[in-house]
Amino acid sequence: MSIYAVKPGWWNTPVHREEKIWIGVALVWCIAITLIMPVWHVVGDQNSSQEYYRISGDNYAALTDAFIEQYKVGEVQGIAVVAPPPGSDIFLRGAQWQWDPILKLTQGATYRLHLGSVDMVHAISIFPININFEVVPGYDYVLTITPTSAGEFRVICNEFCGIGHHGMIGKLIVDPA
Amino acid sequence: MTTAAALFRTCPATGLKVHLPAQGLIKINAVTAIVFLLVGGIVALTLALTRWQAVHLLNDEWFYRMLTLHGIAMLVAWIVFFEMAVLYFASAILLNTRLAVPWLAWTQYVLMFVGAAMVAVEILLGRADVMFTSYVPLQADHWYYLGIILFAVGAILGCVVFFATVNAARVEKTYEGSIPLVTFGAAIAALIAIVTLAHGAAAFIPTWLWALGLVPMMDAEIYRLLFWGFGHSTQQINVCAMVSIWYLLGTLTVGATPLNEKVSRSAFVLYGLFIMIASEHHLLVDPGLSAAHKSWNTGYFMHLAVLASMIHAYSVPAATEVALRKQGYTKGLFEWLKKAPWGNPAWSSLFISLVGFGFIGGITGVVYGTEQINIIVHNTLAIPGHFHATVVVGTTVAFMGVTYYVLPLIFQREVAFPTVARLQPYVFGLSMYVVCIGMIIAGRFGVPRRSWDMNGVDGPFQVSFDPIVDMALAVTGIAAVVAVVGGAMFCAVAVGTLLVGKKIEG
Repeated sequence: MSIYAVKPGWWNTPVHREEKIWIGVALVWCIAITLIMPVWHVVGDQNSSQEYYRISGDNYAALTDAFIEQYKVGEVQGIAVVAPPPGSDIFLRGAQWQWDPILKLTQGATYRLHLGSVDMVHAISIFPININFEVVPGYDYVLTITPTSAGEFRVICNEFCGIGHHGMIGKLIVDPA
Repeated sequence: MTTAAALFRTCPATGLKVHLPAQGLIKINAVTAIVFLLVGGIVALTLALTRWQAVHLLNDEWFYRMLTLHGIAMLVAWIVFFEMAVLYFASAILLNTRLAVPWLAWTQYVLMFVGAAMVAVEILLGRADVMFTSYVPLQADHWYYLGIILFAVGAILGCVVFFATVNAARVEKTYEGSIPLVTFGAAIAALIAIVTLAHGAAAFIPTWLWALGLVPMMDAEIYRLLFWGFGHSTQQINVCAMVSIWYLLGTLTVGATPLNEKVSRSAFVLYGLFIMIASEHHLLVDPGLSAAHKSWNTGYFMHLAVLASMIHAYSVPAATEVALRKQGYTKGLFEWLKKAPWGNPAWSSLFISLVGFGFIGGITGVVYGTEQINIIVHNTLAIPGHFHATVVVGTTVAFMGVTYYVLPLIFQREVAFPTVARLQPYVFGLSMYVVCIGMIIAGRFGVPRRSWDMNGVDGPFQVSFDPIVDMALAVTGIAAVVAVVGGAMFCAVAVGTLLVGKKIEG
């Protein structure tokens, strides 16, 4: 009975065979699901980034502004559209409650995508392919990305960042190669 | 001796000695918990009816405000007040002893109540639209943080009273051999609680001072790390308390005896050692930590805490099977299951909690906590889908189930409205299964959590989701309404029992 004190000697009660098998199988499975994380860093195509730098919001904003000025090709809804060359460093800025600029990328090319916030904690969710990363003020988070499918994507903020949070929706364009 | 004896009564059902001051504290903590459950449930209804896009009840400001209140009322107030009752029950009552330092336990209650009330008022006044997580640089009024700190200090005092009571029982030799399994599980929960609340202090005290303008803001990522050392580990207390309740319910409903004390207790020790280190799975897609650090931490040191849950997932139902077979239900593989007391709400709660926690909450938890898979689910509605399966289907249903015994044993009243009570676990538990699965499906299609409007009506661009999402959210909304009815049935039975339940002498 689990509600009464147990008499000395309980430690020496043998464990049933079935229970031992269950624990053994569970342990093997536990070790397997733990190892999948480091193993995937070697064999997998999609992993989280380990590259990040500390940066102030002002400095991140300045970097993004310079990037926009260099590669701007147009404007949609008052947000700059930027077409950087393959292989370049590209910047996405989160601010209450807008993502800018609109990035225009090329399918199959590789970029170094910088994510940063100038105010609150935000998070990007690339819709509809469901890739999600946290965007934290004070950090320049660098993801090396290669868009594998062309089309127009949405950049949804999915970390609560104030009452206007749900309106924080940006756009990402990938042109076919 | 007469004065000391007057402080006790003997429970006619279990033969346990009940310390009357302990009984009073169990009552007040449990009643307060249920009041917060009621508040949180009404709030839940408004949230479900807002996310169900066809209804879209609240405006944006009140949606976020109610979402903040829902998290605090349920995850913090309902569960922790109830856990205080569990701690006092598992120490003073199960060990046949007096509750050590009752005045300290009352201080626990007062601090927690004042803290929770302050937080709730701040939220309702619109001075803390920061969500349960209050990630800096979002800032609430300083009274909000102080309320949380007072609540946490109260909870620590409850743990101190628990250990003082266990120690008093040991010194005064009120039990022979080793403490009961349920008390052992509660002790591990209390140990985890103390470490957890220390993380809470590290996150909230500097944030409170920042809100007062006395110190600069903490780094946003360090806040997230410390917050989840508190916010997630709190859920590990719930897991530990819930599993203890499972063993308790197995014994109370069908007379189950743990298959092997060594195995069950070792599994609790695994919780104590390894479950604490998992909170970085909230930070798997964050900057600031290396992949090695994240994998090590979220791997729970080779998932040994998950192993503990797997052990309990076997030993709890197996113990009930053994007990039911001993009662003569031996035909075939499943006669014991068919003939189990499905009309006893405590038994049905146990099974609904066990199966839902394991198959919906546990599996999604382990899968979503994998570093690379987290990239595709982080902050989507699948995450609330996962944790409603753990804290609502798992912890809350288990706590509701044990309430059906707390009412006669501690409040000494027969459970009122027995038909409502019999149906309640099915109405509440099964509809919550649907709520969880609906949210998980919507989340897998990219629906963000914590969003008043997912279609971008206030944004520069609109978002159109797969039509499956509309259906998933509608089903979630309808099931949530049913679940709120199930929650109201629980509150009606509990309150009805206190008001009109027949008194039990003894």
